[in-house]
Amino acid sequence: MTIDITQFHETFFEESFEGLDIMESGLLNLDIGAADNDTVNSIFRAAHSIKGGSATFGFTEVAEFTHGMETLLDEMRDGSRDVTQGSVDTLLQSVDCLREMLAASRDKTPIDTENAAVLKGELEAILASGNNSAVTNIVEKTETADTPEACEDREGWKIKFKPHHDMLRTGNDPVRMFRELGELGELTVEVDISQLPILDDLDPEESYLSWELMLKSNIEIEKVKEIFEWVEDECDFEIVEIKGDALHSNKVEKEDLITDTTEVTPVTAAKPAGGKTTANTDSASIRVSIDKVDALINMVGELVITQSMIGQLDCDFDDFDISRMEKLRDGLTLLERNTRELQESVMRIRMLPISFAFNRFPRMVHDLCQKLDKKIELKMTGEQTELDKTVMEKIGDPLVHLVRNSIDHGIEIPEDRLAAGKPESGTIELNAFHKGGNIIIEIKDDGAGFNKDRIKAKAIEKELIGSDETLSDEKIYDLLFQPGFSTAEQLSDISGRGVGMDVVRRNIRELGGNIDVKSEEGNGTTFTIRLPLTLAILDGQLVCVGDEIYITPLVSIVESLQIKKEFVNNIAGQTELYKVRDEYIPIVRMHDMFGVSVKRKTLEGGLLVVVEGDGKKVGLLVDELLGQQQVVIKSLETNYKRVDGVSGATILGDGTVALILDVDGLIELSRNPSTSGSIPQSSVRDVA
Amino acid sequence: MSTAQYVDTNTSVDVMTDTDQYLTFILAGEEYGVDILRVQEIKGWDSVTPIPNTPNYIKGVINLRGTIVPIIDLRHRFALEEIPYGATTVVIVLKVASDNGNRTMGIVVDAVSDVYNVSAEEMKSPPDFGTISIDYVKGLATVEDKMVIVLEIDKLLNSGVMDSTEALLQ
Repeated sequence: MTIDITQFHETFFEESFEGLDIMESGLLNLDIGAADNDTVNSIFRAAHSIKGGSATFGFTEVAEFTHGMETLLDEMRDGSRDVTQGSVDTLLQSVDCLREMLAASRDKTPIDTENAAVLKGELEAILASGNNSAVTNIVEKTETADTPEACEDREGWKIKFKPHHDMLRTGNDPVRMFRELGELGELTVEVDISQLPILDDLDPEESYLSWELMLKSNIEIEKVKEIFEWVEDECDFEIVEIKGDALHSNKVEKEDLITDTTEVTPVTAAKPAGGKTTANTDSASIRVSIDKVDALINMVGELVITQSMIGQLDCDFDDFDISRMEKLRDGLTLLERNTRELQESVMRIRMLPISFAFNRFPRMVHDLCQKLDKKIELKMTGEQTELDKTVMEKIGDPLVHLVRNSIDHGIEIPEDRLAAGKPESGTIELNAFHKGGNIIIEIKDDGAGFNKDRIKAKAIEKELIGSDETLSDEKIYDLLFQPGFSTAEQLSDISGRGVGMDVVRRNIRELGGNIDVKSEEGNGTTFTIRLPLTLAILDGQLVCVGDEIYITPLVSIVESLQIKKEFVNNIAGQTELYKVRDEYIPIVRMHDMFGVSVKRKTLEGGLLVVVEGDGKKVGLLVDELLGQQQVVIKSLETNYKRVDGVSGATILGDGTVALILDVDGLIELSRNPSTSGSIPQSSVRDVA
Repeated sequence: MSTAQYVDTNTSVDVMTDTDQYLTFILAGEEYGVDILRVQEIKGWDSVTPIPNTPNYIKGVINLRGTIVPIIDLRHRFALEEIPYGATTVVIVLKVASDNGNRTMGIVVDAVSDVYNVSAEEMKSPPDFGTISIDYVKGLATVEDKMVIVLEIDKLLNSGVMDSTEALLQ
């Protein structure tokens, strides 16, 4: 039987990248000199599974490279090596390198072996330096730990093997492993049954035994380890070489192995990575916690029960009486509640904690601080706030940009900070929390803040505003988001690379969110990003135009009012404006815009829905306001194409389709009627 | 029984591979065919939700079990005379391959007709006629002495969507 192993590649890469993230955050959290054992362990485990996985899937370069890291981490883990800044930095660089190697393997592009070889050399150097003491440490340890009779044989391996209780559940059978070992040489097995409980307490699925195995053979340690490869995480095992009277721990062997592999790898080198193709295909899968799935299953169960309850009611309608009616109504209420809960839990599946987006920042701050000689403390709160996966993917880059800006331009260098009477080390806060139906992400720094006069001067210089305009604070900060605006006096490679704040704002707007700035010169800046909870559901107001029903997003509605003739004004006899208090708002006749036939042509008595988008207001003339409801957004683009003025469609309670209005698009349409309105039908006919 | 039919049934076993099945439908008395493997379902005409600012042959969109599917009136598309939809009017829901993956679209036709086996050699390439661009015609087949116009639906329906965008941009 052959299994197409490539089908697991996607999962492997996904897990490996997650592992790398764990390693990275772990390394950043390590206290130099006094490393926390748990952290080192988790880094080690991540490296270990990447190594195991890559070896299984045949990515040998990755496996070999990771092996070096793993060795170093292993020594840190068992305390035989101190955690130094140098080694942590090398490991961080190795994580980056590994990430590139994995990305290259995934995209099937040549791996940049040069960089890998250099880093491997560095790792090796670290391992070699001052390692002697470490090795002797281990040797001593194993010697004292081992029983004296271990020395009686000549050549071979002594293996202590103690499976964890649940090892058998993963389908690993010790007997099979011993049989394989037996094929490698003469094998003596001693079993330790001291842990075996009395029969009544025995769980047949648990493993209580441990073994001591003697393998008389001069094979490589790797061969022995291979057999245990699958159970490494589910057992405690130790392999000790038996050579006359000297005991060598396998850790020594590992050392030799690394030097071996480094000599081998450069064979595939001399292939410079030309053009780093980061054609990142969005991973189509999503990890869902088992709780969420369980909740979903429960909910479906309830739904089925409710359904059968209602089903029982309609078996014979002949003697339908009012008591059944009651029951039916109860059933329907129940059904409604179930459906809503079900919908909510399905939506929750798409939600991921925002830590996915936040995780990259500790590293970024760490690197940039070193580069810019700044001292910055990063504080993050609300990392568990959940956000829709699509939103998460798109919010990453804007966030990076904002944090970079704060580091580069916001936080001053330590001397300046001290001079300004602030603590030497700056603070950047990333906060995420729920507010109303929105998710708020705050990026707050206690840096220099914006200089309003400078922004204004810059805007005048770039001719974004006239030199004599007086602007409110709000308007001044709004200038920051204008295309082609950068306050940085000199461009650095950290920010100001053309990807301006305008792009940040556009990305956030595309997600249906917005961004605000508050700044106080000398005291710092706060960017507040407001995002919708999910992209898939929207609170809408149903409006009626002629025979058609459209949905206006509730968030964009300012107010709805009945048109009174005396407030209608015309410009050039065409553009109609409606006076709402002290504002003149252009009227958009929906039926003209969308080509819907409508009985009433006069404005009087009609309803005006005042909507706001992109900072501008218009009044949409509609015939009737229907109810408000939550609608599930369906894409028109899946099977058709984008339509101006329409952001999507939804299915109403009666099964018909209703279009969701795109308020920004409508405002745009109303200003440039040339791009909208009637399609020249003839030109289309010519095609046919 | 015609000879063509006889030959067809006789050889269908050994030339299975180059015989394709086509679903045919009637449009203004003419018979058109589409690859049956592209047909997702056939459903009766039901009201649609019109989409603003689209060419008139896009009747609108329908809800097909939760998916929004655009409906194209083939009579309009071929600039044929409009007739009121009747009892035989149906919507054929098709899978259409496009640059952006598969789309699901529906076409409104006068009536569905039959399913025929047509082998590759029976398919004649169409002469260059002026009315419909030959890009949209895969070939002409003769079945039971009748001509069946086999449509290239990918091109026909995608261009229907794409061209209108271009027309908009002009």
